[in-house]
Amino acid sequence: MKFIDEYQDNKLARGLAYKIAQRSTKTIRLMEFCGGHTHAILRYGIRQLVPKTVEMRSGPGCPVCVTATADLDKAIALAHLPDVIITTFGDMIRVPGSYSSLQQAKAEGADIRIVYSTIDAVEIAKANPWKSVIFIGIGFETTAPTIAASILKAQQEKIKNFNVLSLNKLTPPVMKALLDSGELKLDGIIGPGHVSVIIGSHPYEFIPRDYGVACVISGFEPLDILLCIDKLMEQIEKGEPKVEIAYPRGVKPEGNRKARQLMEKVFEIGEANWRGIGIVPQSGLKVRGKYERFDADKAFSVSLKPPREPEGCRCGDVIRGAAMPPECKLFGKVCTPESPVGPCMVSSEGACAAYYQYGTPENSQGA
Amino acid sequence: MDDSILLAHGSGGKLSHELVEKKILPFLANPALNKLDDSAIFEASGRLAFTTDSYVVNPIFFPGGDIGKLAVCGTVNDLAMNGARPQYLSLSAIIEEGFLLSELEQIVQSIKKAAEEAEVSIITGDTKVVNKGQADKLFITTSGVGIISPGVDISGANARAGDKVLLSGTIGDHGIAIMSQREGLRFSMALESDCAPLNKLVSQMMEVSSRIHCLRDPTRGGLATTLNELARQSKVGIVVEEAKVPVKEEVKAACELLGLDPVYVANEGKLVAVIDPTDTDKILGQMRKNIYGRDAAIVGEVTKEHPGKVIMKTKLGPSRIVDMLSGELLPRIC
Repeated sequence: MKFIDEYQDNKLARGLAYKIAQRSTKTIRLMEFCGGHTHAILRYGIRQLVPKTVEMRSGPGCPVCVTATADLDKAIALAHLPDVIITTFGDMIRVPGSYSSLQQAKAEGADIRIVYSTIDAVEIAKANPWKSVIFIGIGFETTAPTIAASILKAQQEKIKNFNVLSLNKLTPPVMKALLDSGELKLDGIIGPGHVSVIIGSHPYEFIPRDYGVACVISGFEPLDILLCIDKLMEQIEKGEPKVEIAYPRGVKPEGNRKARQLMEKVFEIGEANWRGIGIVPQSGLKVRGKYERFDADKAFSVSLKPPREPEGCRCGDVIRGAAMPPECKLFGKVCTPESPVGPCMVSSEGACAAYYQYGTPENSQGA
Repeated sequence: MDDSILLAHGSGGKLSHELVEKKILPFLANPALNKLDDSAIFEASGRLAFTTDSYVVNPIFFPGGDIGKLAVCGTVNDLAMNGARPQYLSLSAIIEEGFLLSELEQIVQSIKKAAEEAEVSIITGDTKVVNKGQADKLFITTSGVGIISPGVDISGANARAGDKVLLSGTIGDHGIAIMSQREGLRFSMALESDCAPLNKLVSQMMEVSSRIHCLRDPTRGGLATTLNELARQSKVGIVVEEAKVPVKEEVKAACELLGLDPVYVANEGKLVAVIDPTDTDKILGQMRKNIYGRDAAIVGEVTKEHPGKVIMKTKLGPSRIVDMLSGELLPRIC
């Protein structure tokens, strides 16, 4: 057993798809929260496997995409400060801000480095003691513990030139915000697998309880996702919404306590600005006062022009699931992975990039 | 000589000569190169193929090879992909000040080994040294000349509907081997780059069939990008079956972990052949006899439908379009 092919087995997949079709008596609408799910669904053609009665929408689960333009503008302004090294995950550097991008700032001479882990950013700080190293902290509960760990490492090793611009966000509060808005009637949510490894399944209990919406946490292999859809279908057809884990090899109901403790030690909960959604209370992570010397928001001040969104770009609607990527007039025409207008076309986890990259032969708006 | 490269090694003076005479010539010696004239002189007649490529890989040493082996194999393979028999190479190195001479020697040794295996001679070359920070350790450019036999016509524009698409072995080995060594991403695995000269494999294939229409090595951008290039150049569709594309377990696992699709990951010792279906068994049998083609497989075919596009039948059955790689391959964040 290598645990890869087993989760991509053709016969089992067809069996599950058949079971889902057998259960289905009415049209339902599901949202996959996570960008990783969006990609797997399109890459393996899962939308074509499930019956037409299952409508699938993508949610605000791509870390780069949900970063607000104003926050991106701040990162770009920080990059232009003297003696600053910006460190960031790769996709961020290509996202257009209001007036520039990190990529453009880099071409203009700013020192911007792509890292794969926050610990690398700490190492860069160690190697460049005369410069300030700012890590652009994006992502959800998945990346937050590692960012917390990097701050603790910097404190322990007395590294004074390491800072984090914390744009980290929390998933359950934004799910609540989406459900509260009532913009999109959902029957079920495909819960994020990696986020749930950290937070467990309990934080989603409000979804069936308060909104009557089914919620099943899924892994990222095609069979995981099909199994998740089958469980959602069963709950919805029976009218018994609840939280279930269809990814038991990764997620335990209580999550990863140690990782959460790290997060809680370094961060406190505050509001966050989400692209397409706006300010959502209790949905962001701010560096606690005790660690404020590592907080880029406290250590640096930059003046910013008011943010502006790219004209015609519907990333905000796509992030809320209110529009499918091909419904945007720019999709595949003006906006392509080579010259992206909005973040959803840039990020490898963005919905527009997935729809573009994995178009179907019958419906090839993209490629 | 000191144990690292100094700016003076590139000055054209004594140290430059010493570097060439002690560190390079002894390994790569051949009559044309030994003369050390301003240009190399060689005999050739008929149709020639000519190609050039620059190598800026990071890290320069990786499991299964180094930048030297890569620079020889890459250019040899580019010639072979047009059905040319590679003969002569040029080799130009831009070295960063402070680069270790012992490492340079190791790279020259592996250039020698790769050139011997591919039976090509390096007949002209150049070295330059730049200030520290102005290059990343070592950049190499190689150009190559090959001879094309009369009647041979292999080109990316020659695919026809009904042709079979063959792949010489597992995909993604090079890209994942490199990534496993890259700063900040280091993970340990028993995987080596597939970096290899493919000219002998190609000539063995050409011995048994004159119906090879296209050959291409799926390097950067991976299998998906190469198939798209062929589909666009030949104005045909290509249908690939995901389940038939060989991928090593280690590569599958690393790709799952990093959120990458192996069809976009680089190879340095694989080829895609588009061939007339009548010769499929002959060519496939011949490929499997060569060490670099032992895992060869039929992975798809050429169609009239969807000209310019590559359609992949996924493992689960449904079909989707596979586009060229755009941007860089980056691991996922969440």
